[in-house]
Amino acid sequence: MRRINKDQRARIALTLNGRKLSADAEPRTLLCDFLRQGLGATGTHVGCEHGICGACTVLIDGVAVRSCLTLAVQAEGREVKTVESLAAPDGALNPLQTAFRANHALQCGFCTPGILMSFTDYLARNSKPTGAEIREVLSGHLCRCTGYAGIVKAVEEVASISAPAKAGEGDHA
Amino acid sequence: MKPRPFDYARPDTVEEAVALLAEYGDDARVLAGGQSLIAMLNLRLIDPAVLVDIAQIAELDAIRDRGNIIEIGAAVTQNKVMARPGFAQKLPLLAAALPFVGHFQTRNKGTVCGSVAHADPSSEIPLALALCGGAVVLRSKRGERVLAAEAFQKDMLTTARAPDELVTAVRFPVIEGKGMAFDEVARRHGDFAIIAVAAIADARGSAQIGVSGMAGRPLLRSINGDAATAISAWADELEGFDDLHASAALRRDLLRNLGPRVVAEAIRCAA
Repeated sequence: MRRINKDQRARIALTLNGRKLSADAEPRTLLCDFLRQGLGATGTHVGCEHGICGACTVLIDGVAVRSCLTLAVQAEGREVKTVESLAAPDGALNPLQTAFRANHALQCGFCTPGILMSFTDYLARNSKPTGAEIREVLSGHLCRCTGYAGIVKAVEEVASISAPAKAGEGDHA
Repeated sequence: MKPRPFDYARPDTVEEAVALLAEYGDDARVLAGGQSLIAMLNLRLIDPAVLVDIAQIAELDAIRDRGNIIEIGAAVTQNKVMARPGFAQKLPLLAAALPFVGHFQTRNKGTVCGSVAHADPSSEIPLALALCGGAVVLRSKRGERVLAAEAFQKDMLTTARAPDELVTAVRFPVIEGKGMAFDEVARRHGDFAIIAVAAIADARGSAQIGVSGMAGRPLLRSINGDAATAISAWADELEGFDDLHASAALRRDLLRNLGPRVVAEAIRCAA
């Protein structure tokens, strides 16, 4: 049984975007703060801190979750992917990011990392979503700039050009 | 905000989990998906001494098909249930209710049992469980007991669970030969429902209807004959309550309007 006392800082190790990393955290440390402050991965944004806005959405073992509603210690030993994992090492954007840029699916960009991670998970399960399905997934995010139309268009565009989903991605395929 | 400090324990077995609950009682909170609990911690609405994280106990991460009963373990997420092949045929009411529960992203982590144990007055899963005549399985060092869902949820965020008990599973009966329907009114998709209505009906129009968001727990009623008249009379009897989202009068009005539609849909599904 894993036990950590409240005044204790424990070593939390996880795989972040393919690299095994670790840092110290208290039991109450949220995963979003651990990623940003413990591991220096500041691509994940922290918005409402109670699961409403979706800005902090990351993948844990391939599944999109709110990192503000996840304790760092809950991600111990798991595979975490953040927005930093999407572009190629040389900075070339992936197809979803490219479609976001082409369709003005972002303005200030605060909500964008979370939205990209949600659709990274969703499109892996359902590569040909309907407009209604895209809107339903998007309902888990707040964007105050775009009015959402550009985001829906970007996802529709990337879905129309993408290859069929890889089978067995995550455990919900 | 950030949570106040707490101890964290991640037991490997149900026995270890119930031993912790026996030790800490009311000072412990059980963490499964955390989609309500961690929000409450962040907002500092609760201040537990210890969190008992049951999400990785393998025994609890199972859906057991017992023919006429489907048992869903306490670590099973809502999306895992939705993705299970054949699930919508076996449990059509839960299948109709789950898309209304939070969002895709919260259903990836939120559990079916956690929603029942949290006992929010407007939430969908406790309503579906109660209307189906489902049950809640509780385990402690003292043993196991099974409570009818109707007896489990007492009031807003209040259940019959004793402080040393762990909800290990919920049991949904498989109901055959009847139609089922679910709908709700919320400000935005995925928000807490103002009211949610569920119905189970036979083709002759005899129906059981349930509503959440009118009281501290789901309320159930049998209906024979004209649904609109019966539901209108029921809405008159119910007080409802005022909050930021809706007045009691609006809740009663929503029930009068939504109720007959959901019953009609259930009857249509039964035919």
